[in-house]
Amino acid sequence: MFDEMTDEHGNARPAYADYNGWLGEQDAAWLNRKSAEADESFRRTGITFNVYGEDEAEERLIPFDMVPRIITAGEWRRLTRGIEQRVQALNAFLYDLYHRQEIIRAGRVPERLFRNNEAWLTNMVGLNPPGGIYTHIVGIDLVRTGPDEFFVLEDNARTPSGVSYMLENRETMMGMFPDLFSRVGVEPVSNYPRRLARSLAASAPPAFASSGRAKPAVAVLTPGIYNAAYFEHAFLADQMGAELVEGSDLRVVDGRVQMRTTGGYTPIDVLYRRVDDDFLDPLTFNPDSVLGVPGIMDVYRAGGITIANAPGTGICDDKAIYSFMPEIVEFYCGEKPLLPNVETWRCADADSLAYVLDNLEELVVKEVHGSGGYGMLIGPTSSKKEIKAFRAKLEANPHNYIAQPTLSLSTCPIYTKKGLAPRHVDLRPFVLVSPDGIDITPGGLTRVALKKGSLVVNSSQGGGTKDTWVLKD
Amino acid sequence: MMLGRTANSLFWMFRYLERSENTARLIEAALRMALTRDIVTAEEEWRSVISTLGIRPLYLEHNEKFDGHSAWNFVLRDKANPASVRAMSAAVRSNARAARTNISSEVWTAVNESYLKLDPVLARPVSQGAVGDVISTIRRAGRQVHGALDGTMLRNEGFHFARAGTYIERAESTARILDMRYFLLLPSLSHVGSSLDTGQWEQLLRSAAGASAYSWLNAGRIEARGIVEFLVLDDRFPRSLAFCRSALRDNLAALARIHGEQGRCHELMAEADVRINNLSVDEIFDRGLHEFLIDFMARNAAIADAIAEDYRFLA
Repeated sequence: MFDEMTDEHGNARPAYADYNGWLGEQDAAWLNRKSAEADESFRRTGITFNVYGEDEAEERLIPFDMVPRIITAGEWRRLTRGIEQRVQALNAFLYDLYHRQEIIRAGRVPERLFRNNEAWLTNMVGLNPPGGIYTHIVGIDLVRTGPDEFFVLEDNARTPSGVSYMLENRETMMGMFPDLFSRVGVEPVSNYPRRLARSLAASAPPAFASSGRAKPAVAVLTPGIYNAAYFEHAFLADQMGAELVEGSDLRVVDGRVQMRTTGGYTPIDVLYRRVDDDFLDPLTFNPDSVLGVPGIMDVYRAGGITIANAPGTGICDDKAIYSFMPEIVEFYCGEKPLLPNVETWRCADADSLAYVLDNLEELVVKEVHGSGGYGMLIGPTSSKKEIKAFRAKLEANPHNYIAQPTLSLSTCPIYTKKGLAPRHVDLRPFVLVSPDGIDITPGGLTRVALKKGSLVVNSSQGGGTKDTWVLKD
Repeated sequence: MMLGRTANSLFWMFRYLERSENTARLIEAALRMALTRDIVTAEEEWRSVISTLGIRPLYLEHNEKFDGHSAWNFVLRDKANPASVRAMSAAVRSNARAARTNISSEVWTAVNESYLKLDPVLARPVSQGAVGDVISTIRRAGRQVHGALDGTMLRNEGFHFARAGTYIERAESTARILDMRYFLLLPSLSHVGSSLDTGQWEQLLRSAAGASAYSWLNAGRIEARGIVEFLVLDDRFPRSLAFCRSALRDNLAALARIHGEQGRCHELMAEADVRINNLSVDEIFDRGLHEFLIDFMARNAAIADAIAEDYRFLA
C-alpha cells in the first residue's frame, strides 16, 4: 500500500516535507479545535448538499478533512500532459460519433456500444456545436497506486460536479492556517471561476459575433434551489458574475434563447447548463420537462447559443466506452495514452464474463451507466450472500457490467482525535476546453474514504474531501 | 437588468423577514400585557394577536382556547399555520438562496445563520420560559440581515426591490395594528378620557415598536390623537405609514431612474401620495380612521402588485 505522505521508513516524502515540519510544531488541542471550527464554517456559509429522504429534505455537509493532499510540481506536469491528451481525444471522439463515425468504420469501437445507449442522442447527429467543442468542462477521476503510477478511473464529460469544494476547501484552509501558506508555496485555485468565465466566453456562438455586443452573455442553468448541487450552481454563477437562470426564466424569442429580466427579454450567448440532457428541451427530449427551454435545440442547431456541455456528451461517462479509451486516444491522437486506464473486463464478452464470474471475490464490478458509487460490487469486502446476489444480476444482464481489479489505492492521512490515520483517496482535476485551448487548474477535488479500509470515496457513501495542493516549483 | 424571478425573490425575502419580525413584536407586546392582567383580559389579548395576523378561522380549527401557550405556539411554529414564523424563516432563506447571486455573501450568511439558530428551537413546542428568547432571536435576525444589506450591498436594482418589500410589508403591518384597535382611538371614546385604560394604548404603541419613541416625543403624555398622528403621519418614526410611503417612493424613483422609465406602480404611488400628503389628524378622524386605513391598505397592496407586474416578477 502506497501512502502519499509517509514512506516505508516512516519519513515524510518530499511533497509533504514542509507540511510535516509545520504540523510537528502545532499543539494537538489547538488542532482539535480547528477541526471542529471547519465544520461550523461550512454550515454557516451554506456549503451543503440536499439529500431527499422519505419525509423532509435534509441538508448534509460533506465532511472536510484538514490534512491537505499534496502533489509536487513535477508530478502535476506529467498528469497535465496525460489529461490534455485524454480530453482532446474525448472531444474528437464525440465529434466523430455524431458525424462520420470513422472509428466505427475502422473497427476500433463496436457500434453496439452506442446504438442502444440512452446517452447517445440521435438529435445531435450532424449538429455542429460552436467551435466544434462538445465537452467544455471535464472532470477526469484519477487514482494512484505508487510513486509514478496514476490511472484514470472515470471520465466525467457530462457535468462534473464538486469544483465548488475545491474552491471552498482552499478558502477554509487559508482561513484556518494562514501561516502554513506563507511557509509552503502552493499554486492558487481561486482563479478557477475567472478561467471558467473566460473559457465559456471564448466559446460564444456565431450569433454573438453578429450581435455587435462587446461581451457575450453567459448564464448558468440550474434545476432550482431544491437540486442537490444548487449551492455549487449559485456559487459558480456568483463568482463568474453570470446570471443564474432556471427554465422558467427562459424563452425562445426571435431565434435566440432569452431571459426574462426586469427590463424585458435579453439574449443569452453561452449557457452553462446543470440540467440533464433529457430535461433540456421538452420539444426534443422529455416532453414533461419544466426545467428546460422549449425550442432551445433549434436555436442551438442554428448557431444561436452555445450549450456547455453539449447534449449527448454523457456517452463518454459510460463505463463500457471507458474500457475502449486506450483505443480511442490512439485513434485520434496517434499516440499511446500517457495516462493508463485501469484494466477492465467487459462482461458483454463471453471470455471476460467467464473470468469475472470465476473471480468475483477479487474484483470490483460496476454498472456501465452507474455513478455515485451505487449499484457496484466490491468483491473483497462483500459477504458470500452479497456476491451470490450480485452474480445472479450479472448473469441475467452481462452487457450492463464491467469489472476491474481491486486496486491497492494510495492513502493519505486524515486528522482524527487520536492523530493521523491513513485513508484511501482519489483525485478529480477540473479541465476547461474552449477554442482558445485546454486549461487545467492546478489542484482539484480530493475525495477520501473516511472509513478505515474503505475504497469508496463518494460523498453519497460516506466519503469526505480534502484541500488539494499542487506545489510551486 | 436582473432576472424578474430574482427581483421577486428579493422582494419576498424582505417581506417575509419584516413580517416575521412584526409578528414577533406582536407576541412580545401581548406577553407583556397578559402578564399584568387577569385571565379574561389576557385571552382578549391573544385573540387580538390572532385576529391582527388574519389567521383566526385557521387558529380555531386547531385550538379551542385563546390561551398564551396555544397562541404563541400556533403563531411561531405550528405546521398547520402556513404563515408561522418558522415557515417564514424558511421562506426568507429559500428566497435568499434563489437570489443568492444578487445578494452579498454577508447578507446570505446573516440569513443562513439566523435560520440555523431559529429552526431547531421552533422544531419543538416553545415554553413560557423560552418564548422571550425566541422573540429576541427573531428580532436579532432582522437586524443582522438589514445591517448586512446596508453595509455590503450594491445600490442596484436588487437593493431597491429588497427595500420596497420591506416598506410595503411594514406599512401593511402598522396599518393592521391600528385598524385592529381603531375603536380605542375614536374621539368619542377619548373624550371620555379617564375611564379608558391607557394600558391599551401603550400596548398598541408597543406592538408597532413605537412606545419609547412616542413617549420621547410626547413627554410621556398619552392620548388617542397623538397616537394616530405618530403612527400615521410622523415621518420621523421609521414604522409610521408616512415614513414607509416616503421610503417606498424613494425606492420606486430609483428603479425608474435605473430603467429610464416609470411604470404603473409609479402612477399608483403618485395617486396614493395625494391621499396622505398634507393630511391632518382631524381630517383622518373626519373621514373615519377605519375607512382611511382600509383605503391605505388597498392602495399599498395595489402598488405591490404593480411592482410585480412592471418588473416582470412572474412569467
